[in-house]
Amino acid sequence: MIVYLLCFALFLVGLYGVLTKRDLIKIILSLAIMTYAANLFLVLFGYQKDASYPILSEGSQVLAMVDPLPQALVLTSIVIELGTTALLVAIAVRLFQKYKTFDITKIRRLSG
Amino acid sequence: MPVETWLIFILIFMIFGSIAALEIKDILSSIITIGIVGLGVSLAFLFLQAPDLAIVQFLFEIFALIILVRAFVKKDYHLEASSRVNKILVGVTIITLLAIFYLSISIFQALPEFGKPLLFTSSHYLQNGLQETGSANLVTSVILDYRLYDTLGEVTVLFTAILGSLTILRIKSKKADKEVLS
Amino acid sequence: MKHEGMTLIVKTISRIIVPMIFLYGAYIILHGHLTPGGGFAGGVILALGFLSIFLSYGKSFTMKWLNLKFLEEFEASSILLFIILGVVGLLFSGVFLINMLSKGDFFHLISAGQIPILNIFIGIKVGASLFLVVYALSQIKLEGEE
Repeated sequence: MIVYLLCFALFLVGLYGVLTKRDLIKIILSLAIMTYAANLFLVLFGYQKDASYPILSEGSQVLAMVDPLPQALVLTSIVIELGTTALLVAIAVRLFQKYKTFDITKIRRLSG
Repeated sequence: MPVETWLIFILIFMIFGSIAALEIKDILSSIITIGIVGLGVSLAFLFLQAPDLAIVQFLFEIFALIILVRAFVKKDYHLEASSRVNKILVGVTIITLLAIFYLSISIFQALPEFGKPLLFTSSHYLQNGLQETGSANLVTSVILDYRLYDTLGEVTVLFTAILGSLTILRIKSKKADKEVLS
Repeated sequence: MKHEGMTLIVKTISRIIVPMIFLYGAYIILHGHLTPGGGFAGGVILALGFLSIFLSYGKSFTMKWLNLKFLEEFEASSILLFIILGVVGLLFSGVFLINMLSKGDFFHLISAGQIPILNIFIGIKVGASLFLVVYALSQIKLEGEE
């Protein structure tokens, strides 16, 4: 149970970064921290004590394996996170070209 | 040492690393510290008996680091000091998040214990996976045979995101070209 | 930069190492149903092979060696082939994306129906698109930076 609570604490650190930082780069890094915490939480659900990885070889028992379903979901999530990060970085580079700063309070006030 | 002790150690290390990554003022150092947090996640996946996920997390995280470093290093900009309103806002946010954490302890006590999963659908995948699909890697058989439609959706999302970022990076504005020529 | 790319030692070593990187990426893609890995991890390794040539030899040599239009069409057509494979399954058996090819002997390389074919398509797609993003990011020129 302590492991679940620490994972939730990591998610809250990422949420603190998104809410309070004024630098656009730090906001992108905080989104990455939140994604790491969510993926880790999903895989923690499927762990079975003293079980082995879910890959069969010539003659291994099936019942002592961890859950393969959360691992498939997290694989999808990791790939989508890279696409999101690439799109955010492209938008941030374009904003810097136009406004010459990464401060989000300045970007709100200038116009055109 | 049992697996749970290793996991607690790695998670505490990751929490300290992520707090440090958000507070450091230099860009390159904070990006590298995020890379260390991602490698900690990959190590935790190895302890949780998921080698497929460890490989994929490690490689994609290296690529995210390459994209971040290429885009953000060598930009010089200047952040002014935060005003008093901002400091009050930070204090209120920290107190609210600590209250959320304290109130959610009772929710986490209702979850099943760590190490005893509820295998409702997965027992069917584990028993009949080899016979029905023919692949020895059961995670691949889940994403490429039982849930192939979700993989199609994921490939579409990745395609659209990369297409969007390529479009944004290639627009040439006419005003910039006129300034360069004059 | 005065001249393109890096020094002579880096160019020689990368000329030896890059075919091995491509071979390793192809191995991880093709054995996706026997060992951990699969299409996504192998695709990233292919993209890193392209990126290694791009960094050590400079931009103009890489544009002569690779055709960028070809890479973009390669990426888009592999998704089209993925969908066509699913529609072929729909025409023959009434279910979209069904695994119709023969299962083969277990634990051999050619087994498990259409799973290796799908791994190849996904690997090519991921590799091409990730290299294109890094290439487009390096084209941006800002003032104060050359």
